Amino acid sequence: MEYFLQQLVNGVTLGAVYGLIAIGYSMVYGIIGMINFAHGDIFMIGAFHALIVFLILGAVGISWLPLALLIVLIVGILLTSLYGWSVERIAYRPLRSSPRLAPLISAIGASIFLQNYVQLAQGARPKPLSQMVSGGITLMESDAGFAARVSYIQIVIVLLTLALMAVFTWLIKGTALGRAQRACEQDRKMAALLGVDVDRTISLTFVIGASLAAVAGLMFTLYYGVIDFFIGFVAGIKAFTAAVLGGIGSLPGAMLGGLLIGLIEAFWSGYFSVEYKDVASFGVLVLVLIFRPTGLLGRPEIEKV
Amino acid sequence: MTGLLAGLDGGKLLRHVLGAVLITFLMTSLIVGLELVATQTGLSLRPRYHIVLYCVVVVALGSAAVFALVERSWRLPMLVGVVLAALLLVPLLTGNLDSDLAFLLPFPVAPLNWLALFLPAFILMRAGQLAYASARPPAAAARRRELSRTGKLISMGLGLLLILAAFAFPVSPWGSRQLVDILTIVLIYIMLGWGLNIVVGLAGLLDLGYVAFYAVGAYSYALLSEYFGWSFWVCLPLAGLFAASFGIVLGFPVLRLRGDYLAIVTLGFGEIIRVVLINWYEFTGGPDGIGGIPRPSFFGLPFQANAPKGGGETFASFFGLSFDPYHRIAFLYYVILVLALFTNWFTIRIRKLPIGRAWEALREDEIACRALGLNPTNVKLAAFGIGAMFAGFAGSFFAARQGFISPESFVFIESAVILSIVVLGGLGSQLGIVFSAAILIGLPEFFRELEDYRMLAFGLVMVLIMIWKPTGLVSHRDPTIRLHPRGDGR
Repeated sequence: MEYFLQQLVNGVTLGAVYGLIAIGYSMVYGIIGMINFAHGDIFMIGAFHALIVFLILGAVGISWLPLALLIVLIVGILLTSLYGWSVERIAYRPLRSSPRLAPLISAIGASIFLQNYVQLAQGARPKPLSQMVSGGITLMESDAGFAARVSYIQIVIVLLTLALMAVFTWLIKGTALGRAQRACEQDRKMAALLGVDVDRTISLTFVIGASLAAVAGLMFTLYYGVIDFFIGFVAGIKAFTAAVLGGIGSLPGAMLGGLLIGLIEAFWSGYFSVEYKDVASFGVLVLVLIFRPTGLLGRPEIEKV
Repeated sequence: MTGLLAGLDGGKLLRHVLGAVLITFLMTSLIVGLELVATQTGLSLRPRYHIVLYCVVVVALGSAAVFALVERSWRLPMLVGVVLAALLLVPLLTGNLDSDLAFLLPFPVAPLNWLALFLPAFILMRAGQLAYASARPPAAAARRRELSRTGKLISMGLGLLLILAAFAFPVSPWGSRQLVDILTIVLIYIMLGWGLNIVVGLAGLLDLGYVAFYAVGAYSYALLSEYFGWSFWVCLPLAGLFAASFGIVLGFPVLRLRGDYLAIVTLGFGEIIRVVLINWYEFTGGPDGIGGIPRPSFFGLPFQANAPKGGGETFASFFGLSFDPYHRIAFLYYVILVLALFTNWFTIRIRKLPIGRAWEALREDEIACRALGLNPTNVKLAAFGIGAMFAGFAGSFFAARQGFISPESFVFIESAVILSIVVLGGLGSQLGIVFSAAILIGLPEFFRELEDYRMLAFGLVMVLIMIWKPTGLVSHRDPTIRLHPRGDGR
């Protein structure tokens, strides 16, 4: 029971990180129908920003944790979202009306570029960060001495994710930007005719996606304490799997898919084998897609001739 | 000054450049400007803002040039190109890399710095093109029309010429060991590109896990030769067969998915196969890989210096030649050349068969195909299986050439590279794949010692080619036949 609870806690934490990245994939797919392969690398850049800002704050002497976190969050979001914006502006916008595969290849190219850019700038070696937040709450302790614990960092991650989800839902449901975004998702041409600035809306979509990825990068840095230039690839694939699992284009679906992938991974590594955890999550994806070809919460596409 | 900015909105240009400079500065300020240095107590930061300055200057000049080019003005880009080229050439030619002028040359290696000339060269080229076009627009347009008419003839002739050149190359005076080796690698990718072209270009199925079948082919040969001692020539068809059956088994459950869902599932399968290869230690050797894979022989004659144990002759002794490792390299080159040409021939022929027609029809409109009684799943499975088969052939050749394989060689990025070769070449174009493989694989091979910058440039080139030619280098994606040929008035 304790062991189960511990895996549940780990899974939810991991799922929160995946979910935040998955939203970026899902939003971009919903609005321009392309897989943004560079998104995982934006997440990686977010993680690097978080690490560097933490070190700067350490050097300057700001050690009160809530303030440090807030500064890292703001600077990380600002700088990382610039990357999201630039990638869209340079690599995708000129290809808006091209064949479907052209932006995909351009995205793969951007992803390779960003990865090697960071590798060149910061070296290939993993970068460790000393633990910022330690301690936790013991939930349950068994007679054998195994304790299920929630660390404070896990609580921070889950709370931050919940808060972001609330803000984000309000953004999509209640603001003019969200309305424009949903309009572009349904019919870009019609939205343009009705006075929506489509290019601006798409740019902002990338900015929002990159901001969420930046937060995910911050969480990853805090949670694991070690990052390198390659983390974006693995996390990106997992998050994209999560987005597809939940039904690509659907935002609650992305979060749900992220949670599911996180839980599958945690439980599979907890009860079966760590090596094959990726096989498990892809296996579940294949199974779900066979029985529900549009994912768990996706709307079936209606094809017209 | 006014002549320089003719046709340009000065204020807009200034805003554009300043925006680009500001964004570049912010983007590079932390990631590039502060280097993470490992110390005994943990990480510390070391500033190096001269590189940020370099990035900002390059972006400022480049964005001004690009802005002017987009507005179809050539004088400013011409000036920028000349200034950049002069700034780069002076330190390069004098060899004085420590001078103040040399701050635009960021690379640690001298030959690499010559690559920095690429940017001004590109700007100059585009500016020259624009200047030429603005001087005599009608003539250029007429020429282009003429070109498209004779384009088909030219590409046929070019193809034949390339094949002849490819066969003659190793025995020609230019055929050095290094060059033939590089061409062998390029040919492997050309073959993979042609194989994937069946799946992506003809049948229109987006496959992001193609490297899985390549891995299956490579491991089939490696394992068969390790456990049973079978030779390359026996294993080659078997490897193709294994890969094809893998393709069909994997394809069966997923081929009813559409478009991008198929893409992610194939990507997943690619990763699954790699994870299995890494973790099934007893069978595949795990991350250590498999070594000592025997090289292919020439009708039973091995390429060795000494005769094999138990008598028999070697290739050199049989033909009365002195032993030369170049023989083996050239032989491997011819093997992959024939395999690749077989793939090409097969694709060209099968496009004219009912199944090839069905692929193209399915790519154009799946619903119409279903209405006409085609079974999309079977047709797609055939494409998937045949594409996988060629990957299997290429994989077993790869194993034979390397003599050592490990899961390292079959990562996702390989799938992405092969797909890029197909798309950059122009979907469905056989000749285009040759060009893009030469650009993406051949060119970087020459710059091997510049490892890190190589992949950086690789990603950048992929983006630039796509922006420059979104339909690929040689783009014709027309179906082989049309009901109503173009130009008959409909």
